[in-house]
Parts: sequence; C-alpha cells; structure tokens
Amino acid sequence: MLRYALRRGLSLIVSLAVASAVIFLVIEVAPGDPASYMLGVNARPDTVAALRAELGLDVPKVERYLAWVGGMLSGDFGTSYAYRSPVAQMIADRLWVSLPLALYALALSTLVAFPVGLYAASRRGRAGDTAVMAATQVGIAIPNFWFAMLAVLVFAITLRWLPAGGFPGWDKGIGGGIKALTLPAVALALPQAAILARIMRSALIDMLGEDFIRTARAKGLTRRQVLWRHALRNALIPVLTILGLQFSFLLAGAIIIEQVFYLPGLGRLVFQSIAQRDLIVVESVVMLLVCAVIVVNFAVDLAYAAVDPRLRARA
Amino acid sequence: MRGRSFLLGAGLSALFVLAALVSLVWTPYDIEVLDIPAKLQPPSAAHWFGTDHFGRDILSMILVGARTSLAVALLAVGIGMALGIPLGLAAAARRGGWLDEVIMRGNDLIFAFPSLVIAILITAVFGAGAANAIIAIGIFNIPVFARLSRGAALGLWQRDFILMARVCGKSSARISAEHILPNIASLMIVQGTIQFSLGILAEAGLSYVGLGAQPPTPSWGRMLADAQTMVSLAPHLAIFPGMAIVLSVLGLNLLGDGLRDWLDPRLRVVRA
Repeated sequence: MLRYALRRGLSLIVSLAVASAVIFLVIEVAPGDPASYMLGVNARPDTVAALRAELGLDVPKVERYLAWVGGMLSGDFGTSYAYRSPVAQMIADRLWVSLPLALYALALSTLVAFPVGLYAASRRGRAGDTAVMAATQVGIAIPNFWFAMLAVLVFAITLRWLPAGGFPGWDKGIGGGIKALTLPAVALALPQAAILARIMRSALIDMLGEDFIRTARAKGLTRRQVLWRHALRNALIPVLTILGLQFSFLLAGAIIIEQVFYLPGLGRLVFQSIAQRDLIVVESVVMLLVCAVIVVNFAVDLAYAAVDPRLRARA
Repeated sequence: MRGRSFLLGAGLSALFVLAALVSLVWTPYDIEVLDIPAKLQPPSAAHWFGTDHFGRDILSMILVGARTSLAVALLAVGIGMALGIPLGLAAAARRGGWLDEVIMRGNDLIFAFPSLVIAILITAVFGAGAANAIIAIGIFNIPVFARLSRGAALGLWQRDFILMARVCGKSSARISAEHILPNIASLMIVQGTIQFSLGILAEAGLSYVGLGAQPPTPSWGRMLADAQTMVSLAPHLAIFPGMAIVLSVLGLNLLGDGLRDWLDPRLRVVRA
C-alpha cells in the first residue's frame, strides 16, 4: 500500500508540474499586455515600461514561472494587477461561496441519486426502472444554467420562496447564505444526480450478476438483504470514483451557475479578471481548480486502493 | 422499448440536422431585420415561438442557432477523431513502449483538467468566438477517442487475422489503417454521437457566458443569456431555446445508445 501511495504521489506531483507549466504558457502567449491595457492606448512607452517593471513583467519567463509556482507553494499567489491586492485573499473570499456551493450540490446529487439508483436496480426491467431511466436521460440532456433560469422563474419570481440571486454573506447569518445557495445548488446537482443514478443502477446490476450474490441468495437471504448487504457495498467502489470525477464537473459548472445567480464566487472572479486582463488572477484560479481536481482524484484512487487490494497489485 | 427510444432519438437528431440545413435556405422571418414594435410578443400564429426584445422571430433564430450548434459540435468531434484515433492506434501498435506511455499520460493529464474551465481559459485568452470554442471543446475530445480506440485496437492486435497480415509483411501503420480502423469504426461512430451531444451542451454553456459565437450569429446559449433579464416578462424567450438544446442532446444520446445496441450489444461506450 505504501509503495502504491508513493508511486501515485509521484505521478501527482508530475501532473501538477505539467499542469502549471501548461497554464503558465497559455497565459503567456495571450495577446494583450496587462500593463498597456491598464494604462490605455494613449500611454507613453516609458510609462508602460515602468509599470511592467513594477508588476514584474520584465523578468524572463522561466524566472517568472518559478517565482509563481514557488509563491503558490508558500501560499503567496502574487498581487492582482487590477486591484493591487493579494490574489490569495481575493480567491479565499470567493472560495467561501464556491466551495459551499459545490459541496451542497454534491450532497444533493448523492442524496437523490443513491435511492433512485437503488430503486431502479431493484425494479430492473419493470415500469419503475423504465421511468427512472427515461427521467435520467432527460436530466442529462438539460443544461444546468437553463434549469436554473426556469427554477428562478418558478421558485423565486412566481412563488417567492427563495431569492432569485445575489449572496448576503455568511456574516449576515447562515440561514440567509444557505437560502441563497439552494436554487444554484439544485440546478448544479440535477444533471450530476441523473448521471450518478444511472451509474449506481448499472453498478448494482453488474454486482447482482456476480457469483457471490447467488451464493448469498442460496444461503437463504432475501433479495432485499442481498441488495443492501452485498451488492450495495461492492457497487459503492465504482460510484466513489465517479463522485471524485463529478467534483470537477461541479466546480466547472459552478462557474456558469454563479453567472445565473450573480453569486460572488470564483466564476465571477475569473470572468471579471478576464475582462480586466488581470491574468495573474485567472492563472491562479485555474491552477487552483486543476489542483483541486487532481488532488481529489488522487485521494479517491488511494481510498479505492485501501478498500480493494486487487487494485494495488495491478497498478 | 429499446427500438422505440432509438426511433425517437433518430427522429429528434434528424429534426436537429434538418433545422440547421433548412435555415441555410429559408427561415420564417429574416433574423437580421429588427421589428421593435413587435418586440416580446408571446407565441402566436404569426410567430409560433414569439419574438425577442428586438422583435426578431424566435423560431427563425432557433433554426439558425441549430446551425451554430451543429457546426461547433461537429467540428469539435472531428478534431477529436482526427487526432485522437491515430494517437490511440499508434499507442496500441506500440503497446508498452515509450510512445504508448507518452500518449496515455498525456491523455490522463487532459482528463485531469476540468474541461469547461480550460475551455473558458482558451476562449478568454485567445478571444471569444466560434473558432476558439471549437478548439476548446475539440481538445477534450482527443483523449476520449485516443483511449477508446487504443482499448479496442489492443484487443484486435491479438487476433489471428492481424497475425496473418503481419506474416504478410505489412507494417504496423498499414495494419492499423487497413485492418484495425475498419473494425473499430462503428465503436467510434457511437462514441462520436455521444461527444456530439456533449459538444452541443458545451457550446451552449460557452455562448451563454459570452465566450462562444459572437453576435449577430445566433446561438442557443446566447439566446438564453439575452433572455435572462427578461425571463419574468417573457418566459418564452427562455423556454424555446432551452427546449431546443434539451431535445437535440436527448435525441443524440438516444441515437447513440440505440446505435450501440444495434451494432454490437457487447460494446461499452465510455460516457465522460
């Protein structure tokens, strides 16, 4: 297990290094110099040069890359070009909206998908299963931002149960924050719940075909007991992997959903920074998101290997 | 049941393609003509899906929007296939070698990136527009096809007819092109329909946040973005373009599932 963890850890570090280099390069080749953008078209060349020096843009690329990565490792993400404030602080502020939103959505989609998947698997081939499969097909096809707009129309504008957008801030009370995040989280969770329910169902059905299930049935357990005690536990392994993958979809999806609800999260920060050519912020947020996905998948892989010794041998 | 959902999928997909094609030669109204007095009309006999805030006919815009969706998603799938399949075949032909290792690790790396975030990054850095949206979506199709074609090709390399071809002295590149490729084509087509539907969703998402096709080119995502501030006054602005997306994606997914069952029930398509 230790050897496996070390090996995966090494490939984790390589992935992060390559990812950071790719992101840095993409941003580097971006047309539009931040300094000349900030000063406008009429700026004198020496003013632009002075600002470039002040922002550290005149240093060679390799040095700048190393400084960026080194800074991130010590928690210093640099200083925003546009606001002259620490990027780390800006990201931290926004994370308080985006992270709860993604976790809220993850919890909702799991809570819906597990029972639905279990139900469909236990009713395999019958009307209940068919209905669930049809509903999840539609769920996958719905763009979450469109669903969000319709939800706002119904629950915020017509029924007035929940706010249509904006975020009061956690310091105004947890209740208001949760209320503001409910519709976004539901919208974000819908397609993921549909995918997860289908995977849960097919993982369970795969398990039900296994020999050990037949043995369990033969020793006298009822269908229900077999489903809960034997099939569910084994089916959780593939489902866990998908949950890890879904985290990345939720983070990405949150960026768009935040636009629908005017939430001050990472997504809005990214779009704002893109518009202002505040590339150091864009760079850092993207790196943070990629890092989160790589680390979550790493954690899932380890959990997976800890549960199932066969995987350690294979890798 | 299976047959019926396949037919439904084929019908919806055909409708989508037909809408895009018809819009090339005819739309009920000219979408470049503004008719402000007729703005925000609800659905009626004259305007089946109503009109937008400039008085443009929503149905006409949806037809033209289908063209944008189709072009972006189709080209993105094309990029994925054109680059991914050769990479996958090369990796399979050199199984276990350094080339295989490099290709597969590269795939893993692309998979690690949250696709939408990178698509946003690419379109943001190189400018918003349909071309960059195609590249951004297409990049993420490459590892999907590379991985799938490698897996399928690995199985084929063990078969006797490939051995015969090798005995005949054919190079591995020629074997890949002449014997492996035709045998994995149907699998690629099935995955292609799935990626096509994902491409439509991705294009809608990108153009919703303003990073896809730029006005005046209509796109479904952009129509939804325009509708957002007026959705309480005129819900039809949001409902019809959204329905167009859902039905197209649903149709392609059902078509893909049906094709898979029809071509080979044993085939398993990876759904990313």
